[in-house]
Amino acid sequence: MTTDTHMASAELGDTIIKIDELNKWYGQFHVLKDISLDVKRGERIVICGPSGSGKSTLIRCINRLETHQEGLIVVDGIELTEDTKHINDIRREVGMVFQHFNLFPHLTVLENCTLAPIWVRKASKREAEEIAMRYLDRVKIPEQAKKYPGQLSGGQQQRVAIARSLCMNPRVMLFDEPTSALDPEMIAEVLDVMVGLAEDGMTMLCVTHEMGFARKVANRVIFMDGGQIVEQNEPEEFFNNPQNDRTQLFLSQILQH
Amino acid sequence: MSEIKIFIPAPDRSPPSNTQGPIAWARENLFGSISSSIATILFFYLLLSYVPPFVEWAFIEANWTGTDRSVCEANAAGACWTFINVRLEQILFGLYFASKPEELWRPILIFILFFALLLPLLFERTPGKKWLSVALLGIFPIVFYFVVYGGSFGIPQSNTTQWGGFLLTFALAFVGILLALPIGILLALGRRSELPVIRSICVVYIEFWRGTPLITILFMASVMLPLFFPAGVEFDKVVRAMIGITLFQSAYTAEAVRGGLAAIPKGQAEAAMALGLGYWRRTVFITLPQALKISIPSIVNTFIALFKDTSLVSIIGLLDLLNMAQTAARSVEWRGYDIEGYLFAGFIYWAFCYGMSRYSQNLERKLDTNRRN
Repeated sequence: MTTDTHMASAELGDTIIKIDELNKWYGQFHVLKDISLDVKRGERIVICGPSGSGKSTLIRCINRLETHQEGLIVVDGIELTEDTKHINDIRREVGMVFQHFNLFPHLTVLENCTLAPIWVRKASKREAEEIAMRYLDRVKIPEQAKKYPGQLSGGQQQRVAIARSLCMNPRVMLFDEPTSALDPEMIAEVLDVMVGLAEDGMTMLCVTHEMGFARKVANRVIFMDGGQIVEQNEPEEFFNNPQNDRTQLFLSQILQH
Repeated sequence: MSEIKIFIPAPDRSPPSNTQGPIAWARENLFGSISSSIATILFFYLLLSYVPPFVEWAFIEANWTGTDRSVCEANAAGACWTFINVRLEQILFGLYFASKPEELWRPILIFILFFALLLPLLFERTPGKKWLSVALLGIFPIVFYFVVYGGSFGIPQSNTTQWGGFLLTFALAFVGILLALPIGILLALGRRSELPVIRSICVVYIEFWRGTPLITILFMASVMLPLFFPAGVEFDKVVRAMIGITLFQSAYTAEAVRGGLAAIPKGQAEAAMALGLGYWRRTVFITLPQALKISIPSIVNTFIALFKDTSLVSIIGLLDLLNMAQTAARSVEWRGYDIEGYLFAGFIYWAFCYGMSRYSQNLERKLDTNRRN
């Protein structure tokens, strides 16, 4: 990331994710409190907040890696319920990138990328491999296709994980602290890929503390604490003029170093 | 502004010469300290005082030829392998085939077929391994049934109560391993299921069979199983032993597999879920292959234990390899040559178990994708 100028906001589409009065408990612990959030097609949202604030839990609810007890989540017109078919329909359209990459260590990079297209999208092997090579090319590691994840660096693994998600041609991408487990030298290569995705108009929800990334690509920054959305705003306003004392404290802590 | 310095990495140097080579190795590993030197000397002393006499008895002075004990009695300083030689068919194939020389081709053919299918599988470069495995695990047991048991295609039916020797050991272990692995995998998955009913059934099954000695299970299979079936239904003794062994073995295999499943990070299943893969695809493609890889040592461990435990079928009157060797050594003609019998049986057990052990180590190395190269 060489420039600090904000990416031009493209025209946003209709609502693709609608979250209404979402509540979640772990046992007695109330982890998400009355969360309401609308995400438009093409929108790029950065979610930040202290650890334990519920930001990861929130995006994990969107593809039902976590179940919620109250409230409504609608993704691309499908409501998330117990119905396994609906859950799988949604997961097919929503890609996710994890903090610890979660690549399948017993499969090659190429197999990691083709597994879901073949078995979920019913693509032919040849077709799936073509798509996989296209996305591996896009994350700039086509030469690693035959290697196993254990042979790659952390940054390369995370780029494979992004390519693996993209192979399913998702409409929304969820990023759960994608750079938190990386060495400083590798963060940039992952962020570059994410910036590229944003430029192509992908709808993105990113839990991250990379504030440079937030300034550059986000349409909206959301600050969470104690399971609630404390404040949300456009990045410039959010960083230069935080409205809430909790937000001010958080920003002063993460930006002072 | 000063000129920028260019970083040049220092070249690698070779390690000091007195830390390399066999003498340095011996000094460090065999005579590194006083206690280590004493242990080394003691070990070589024991080796030299016990191994040469054994080699002399078992090989140099041993009797290999002849047809009766007179040869061995004439040269008592050596082992009597003549006994094994004369009774080989009985010890390997049991009384039925040993008493019918014209039927001996049946077990011999089966073992030739087994090794012909197995050996190519051990080499990495063999083409069509998938089909060889299918033949070994799927078709071979059927061929075994028709050739060894017989009763069709003009092959006379063999009497299973007279099955014995290594053939019986092999049949029991092969069936036990073949059936216990898939059943064990399903039980392990069931024990980790989110559905309480399935989970309870699997827990009860595993804990019951794991908590019961194999000898008890075999005894119950022999004595009690017939009570549950109507009077006319005659249940073959060997089949009963196979059922008992499979019930027992599947519980152990299940626990070995469960250990592997528990070691797979949650993120693996989550990543598969996030891609839209359902439970069975997640299990078959993601969690199970990794879990089985981790549990290879413990699964093979239970298989090796099973292979040796088959000798417990003597409790229901079946004469496996060990019991057949013992029986042969107690016959009038060969009384007193128990040691040779036990050594021979022990060697066959060892050869097979060591083979399994080596194969599992090989498999572990081959499946280790977590190396950088």
